[in-house]
Amino acid sequence: MAGLLDKQRIIAPHDYNRWLIPPAALAIHLCIGQAYAFSVFNLPMTKLIGITQSAPGDWKLTELGWIFTLAIVFLGLSAAAAGRWLEEVGPRKAMFVAACCFGGGFVISAFGASIHNIWLIYLGYGVIGGCGLGIGYISPVSTLIKWFPDRPGMATGMAIMGFGGGAFIASPLSVFLMRAFSSSTSVGVAPTFLVMGIIYFAFMMFGVFTVRLPAPGWKPAGYVAPSEPKKLVTTENVDVDTALKTPQFYLLWWVLCLNVTAGIGVLGQASAMSQEMFPGRVTPLAAAGFVGLMSLFNMGGRFFWASLSDYIGRRNTYFVFFLLGILLYSLVPKTGSVGSVSLFVICFLIIISMYGGGFSTIPAYLRDVFGTMHVGAIHGRLLTAWSAAGVFGPVIVNYMREYQIDSGVPKAQAYNVTMYVMAGLLVIGFLCNFFMTAVHQRHHMRVQEKTA
Amino acid sequence: MSGGSAGNYTGRLVVAWLFVGIPLLWGVIETGANALKLFH
Repeated sequence: MAGLLDKQRIIAPHDYNRWLIPPAALAIHLCIGQAYAFSVFNLPMTKLIGITQSAPGDWKLTELGWIFTLAIVFLGLSAAAAGRWLEEVGPRKAMFVAACCFGGGFVISAFGASIHNIWLIYLGYGVIGGCGLGIGYISPVSTLIKWFPDRPGMATGMAIMGFGGGAFIASPLSVFLMRAFSSSTSVGVAPTFLVMGIIYFAFMMFGVFTVRLPAPGWKPAGYVAPSEPKKLVTTENVDVDTALKTPQFYLLWWVLCLNVTAGIGVLGQASAMSQEMFPGRVTPLAAAGFVGLMSLFNMGGRFFWASLSDYIGRRNTYFVFFLLGILLYSLVPKTGSVGSVSLFVICFLIIISMYGGGFSTIPAYLRDVFGTMHVGAIHGRLLTAWSAAGVFGPVIVNYMREYQIDSGVPKAQAYNVTMYVMAGLLVIGFLCNFFMTAVHQRHHMRVQEKTA
Repeated sequence: MSGGSAGNYTGRLVVAWLFVGIPLLWGVIETGANALKLFH
């Protein structure tokens, strides 16, 4: 089995069709994107004993919230830790490990749910599943960039779009399975976890056995690599450990962190925000529809903006995110004061598309700045910015709203200051992007390092 | 040095894209139908 997963075994023949690689990457990302839909299990898991309603001894939502938090923390940690290993062993072995962790995490959680032991679910979905998320997330990125040197943004955008789309599949699938397995004595969570673990493992195996690495020297037909490096697109490579010593890594860390902070803060509060800013005009049902529409734009933005970055450049794409974001966040309070629901919706759909675009454009930006060789590993370490933003964003939005309401500000205007703060964060992000320069040549890998 | 024009991969390409495309499309339709509630 080990041989089958070896890097040497997956070198593609020269006529291999590179368009087989995006489905392999999508097979991984569509599965791990399930994480965004984990909340559908929260309410049923508060009734594992009581079945129809929570009984004494049933888990509380606060205890269950830690499952997702742990998964995201371990996503960041494992992506940061496993990046270099991934570059050494290749994408197939990494994807296989990701599938084992993610599927196995579900199986352990199923056992935890069946014996009502939350620590097993923390360990299963939170820790082991979280490692599957992190390794799975970064595993196809550098492979896609190698296969699509002419369109790296589009290629990675396609995979990372899958992560956004994973929740679309997981949410109705989870509800369907829980309904099918529920009975008068069970809410159906444990068998649903078990079946989902098996389904996801099998689905990810498709990616594992489809992925290939291009043969050394392979180039797409008609592609001529630029002989002269552009200002911010290097033809050299930077080692992952060296990358961490460059200011460019930290500038990009903040670029990603601030873009994600602004988006993630409103993503979690979109439903409440729309109802509170337009009381009586946006019903809970319409708000749910708004959240669904935002998810679609989050997914679509991942493909659209990353593909666009191939034409206008990565730095310019982030300039658009920050400048347009500043304008739109500043406009949101105005939509409330003039009572325009449609303008509010349009603002947030564009904002959320740029939130998704931020995730999907960053791998190609890293490729431009640090080269192709260690891009997967560097990307893994940069994803700690996501973990940080996952804390900053919701905290800023929630605490500022509470502070505003406690200060006597009407609910309809409680988000105004938050929106201006978000716009302020984007100004800082704009400056970080503005100060991006090419990595100094002393950081470039020498020939013997490249061949080692 | 093909960039993806080899005819012998056509069948695999179709299967691969259908394999990931069908579940994704199903999910998008489900979510899109939910999102339509915004306009009701």
